[in-house]
Amino acid sequence: MRCRQRIKNVCDGIFTKSAEDSGRYNIAGSLTMADLSTNFAGIKSPNPFWIASGPPANTAYQAHRAFEAGWGGVVWKTIGDPIRNVSSRYSSIDYGNSRMVGLNNIELISDRSPESNFREIAEVKKRWPHHALIASLMVETREQWHEFVRRSADAGADGVELNFGCPHGMCERGMGSAVGQNPDVAETITSWAVEAASIPVIVKLTPNITDITAVARAAKRAGAHAISLINTINSITQVNLDTFVPEPYVAGLSSHGGYCGPAVKPIALNMVQSCASDPAVRLPISGIGGITNWRDAAEFLALGSTTVQVCTAVMHYGFRLVEDLVDGLNDYLDGKGFRSVDELRGRAVDKVQKWETLDLNYKRLAEIDYDKCIGCNLCYIACEDGAHQAIALANPTPYGLGPGRVPGKPVPEIKVEECVGCNLCSLVCPVEGCITMVSVETGLTSVSWSDYQTRLAAGDATAFPPHP
Amino acid sequence: MRVLVIVLVFPPASDVEKEIGKTTKLSMPLSSKLTDADLESNFADIAPPYTDQQAVVESARCLFCFDAPCISACPTGIDVPAFIKKITTGNTTGAARTILTANILGASCARVCPTEVLCEGACVLLDRDDDPIKIGRLQRYATDQANDKLLHLLKPATPKSGKRIAVIGGGPAGLGCAAELAQLGHDAVIFEKKINAGGLNTYGIAYYKMKPAVSLTEVELVKSLGVEIRCGVEVGRDLTRETLERDFDAIFLGIGLGEGQRLGIPGEELPEVVDALTFIEQIHTEPLHQIPLGTRVAVIGCGNTAIDAATQALRLGASEVVVVYRRSEGEMSAYAFEYDLAKRDGATFLFHHAPVEVIGDGGHVTGLRLARMHTRDKGSLSQIAGSEFIEPFDMIIKAVGQKKQSDWIARIFPELKLNRNSTPVRDARTGQTSLPHLFTGGDCANGGREVVNAVGEGKKAARGIHEFFGLTSKGSLVQPSRWGVTNGPYGSGLDAPIRVAELEEKYEELSPVSHPQPATSALTSKNQE
Repeated sequence: MRCRQRIKNVCDGIFTKSAEDSGRYNIAGSLTMADLSTNFAGIKSPNPFWIASGPPANTAYQAHRAFEAGWGGVVWKTIGDPIRNVSSRYSSIDYGNSRMVGLNNIELISDRSPESNFREIAEVKKRWPHHALIASLMVETREQWHEFVRRSADAGADGVELNFGCPHGMCERGMGSAVGQNPDVAETITSWAVEAASIPVIVKLTPNITDITAVARAAKRAGAHAISLINTINSITQVNLDTFVPEPYVAGLSSHGGYCGPAVKPIALNMVQSCASDPAVRLPISGIGGITNWRDAAEFLALGSTTVQVCTAVMHYGFRLVEDLVDGLNDYLDGKGFRSVDELRGRAVDKVQKWETLDLNYKRLAEIDYDKCIGCNLCYIACEDGAHQAIALANPTPYGLGPGRVPGKPVPEIKVEECVGCNLCSLVCPVEGCITMVSVETGLTSVSWSDYQTRLAAGDATAFPPHP
Repeated sequence: MRVLVIVLVFPPASDVEKEIGKTTKLSMPLSSKLTDADLESNFADIAPPYTDQQAVVESARCLFCFDAPCISACPTGIDVPAFIKKITTGNTTGAARTILTANILGASCARVCPTEVLCEGACVLLDRDDDPIKIGRLQRYATDQANDKLLHLLKPATPKSGKRIAVIGGGPAGLGCAAELAQLGHDAVIFEKKINAGGLNTYGIAYYKMKPAVSLTEVELVKSLGVEIRCGVEVGRDLTRETLERDFDAIFLGIGLGEGQRLGIPGEELPEVVDALTFIEQIHTEPLHQIPLGTRVAVIGCGNTAIDAATQALRLGASEVVVVYRRSEGEMSAYAFEYDLAKRDGATFLFHHAPVEVIGDGGHVTGLRLARMHTRDKGSLSQIAGSEFIEPFDMIIKAVGQKKQSDWIARIFPELKLNRNSTPVRDARTGQTSLPHLFTGGDCANGGREVVNAVGEGKKAARGIHEFFGLTSKGSLVQPSRWGVTNGPYGSGLDAPIRVAELEEKYEELSPVSHPQPATSALTSKNQE
């Protein structure tokens, strides 16, 4: 007991947190930590971690709690003409022992009056002047857009985010993703907001479109100051096999819902990179989609985001998870010698190129560490049935008796001539560091598909023989 | 719904108890002072069933190994990853089907198998310094869930071969053999000496591990495959060998072991000196508060049966139980987890001591004369002169092993070739003895192993009998999902078991004759036992 009290005293001494400088724990004696403060299209926040427009950003109460916990910004739940919601609203998928790896919802924009929302925005902004507070908006007519943008600025919001993304409910009324799926409509409506705006305008993009950069470019043309992506993906998460009604269940029926959570992160990263690398866009990006921890956030930043927004993870665990985001990113930046979060931004954008530029003569091989192999032989069956038949079950004698190897039980062995370096075995291997992919020297000069085509046409190269 | 079907399947519990209650009555006074509620709690399931969520969480930890060592460590070759995967998807009926296809006594094995040294002892997660998957408890979950569907899970083969097989003994080996024979299209008839089939599963398992109803359900499952079970029939007494050989095309011998070994010391005939199996059988056949029990109990021997007896005596209300073993702690044949259980229940252990006389007064046990033992170089024991002393006890439970069935065999099958340890010589793969139409398996053939070994050997013998009729055997017990592999999977536990070291040592101690070696020869092992 006494020991626990002593630890508490020490902790109280180390961690000091104030409303004015929250968003990071100042650890005494470590004042050299990287600067997490962010300037996003002129909107300043103590760190790049914002709460995304959604259920966690519905009230002043929640915004206060978010800022107290350390979040750098809040994008208010979308304000518009008050709507009527249904019950129930959310559904999810679980995988293995993980709950809610993907969540969908059919909840609409704020069901509170614009007056309440703007009044509370003003209250929150007054108490947290140095934190980012953005009003998300969704209305129909030019007059309404003008009115709502002005009221946002009057309430003290640091910016507005135009919700062109929600794929359920509002799109049936010509709003949300109905706007975001049509670049011309998106451009027109964006220009309405821009012409009334005294504060930065962010356009939130829907992923329910073939080429997300088309709408990003439209936003740019209309004068938007930034974009945020992705909104949720149209989805049905599960079907009840007794009633045949999918979830979320509403009086015997269901509807398409917006999908989010960890499962959508790869889709979001791809779209963020597409916008970041498009010379016709060149707008600050607020990255959204499945961010749960500092690593996810760092990946979005490396692919070109200036800030990131989080919703589902907070719906799962609460605002407290920002602590890992802040000190995880801080430690990572310090470890890399980056003085600020700006130094990380965009570092991975150019590492993604067209397939035709990749080196056809590069070679990787799988390598098994037999001191770590536990003998599950998942690599064997994955390669045998699912890939390239490049792993044999071999006599274990030359490898000795390591963990998991019983006398006579075969061990996996890479067939070097067959291995195409696809990574699959290392992906299925349940032991950290047991199968690694090793680059090998082929002695061949690098050649890309496009080079190869040019050389073939010029008669400078012989055709690659097909795989036997 | 489930309760209703169970009632249809089992005889009501009270009838079961009356039927199987034909054991020797002990004359000891009742001394349990525990209330019925205490007794019920003391004998509640030691490993309670998983809830749906616990089962899903535990099963999701399974890596779904290819060629999983747990399959090879199971003497019946259950495709463990396949049934566990089905639990994760809510397909418990399919999980039960996977289990029962390989092991007809999957429900009782889930409760009584020493999984720590079998499937769970082989789990690859141990090599990742992780807890192994709780295979036994998941198997119980799957077989429990399917109770109401149990009798429709497996189907007898059609068309029938017309061959008839007599199965002598209705314990795990006989049930395993008969169920497999039925699924291969043959007619099997089980002859069981006792009033109920199931053998030790019905009468001899520690009551906190399994209740007799589980075993009796399995008997019903075997019957559902078309197997006829004639109880209360002893071959050699009610039926001659000649009748069997006239009416049947082959015979399977699965008669288990005989009565408990005697101590061979003065005073052994006193009424409070009881055999461990008799004591345990009483717990299965009589109300718990009516079981004769001493206050200070000595258990002689240190195998798993001794542990069962010690633990149950304490749970019945004995104030003190001392387990007396003539050798050292490291030499006991009880599993480490059983030893731990007995210590947790409060048993004390006296190593390096042997009983030399049961002391009585007025026809009742009052104590035990013990002597200190010395182990010589080659493992033989000698009594240390002058080390004798008397320790007060009012009940002595003997758990020094069971007799082999050599007398019965000599009487009924006198020409049968026997090993040095009095078990029949047999082909390890088919169970065929020196008499071509006589096959054997289980304790009477292996000298005394686990329930799961008996089921596996019964099953192998059924396939041996199938081959004996000139029909093609189904071969190894590998599930279809594992077929078509160039190098072939290592083999299931049925044909080429791998063994956890601890278990192997135990078998070495109990069984002086050779048995299939797991090492590199396992794939081609055809040793004679």
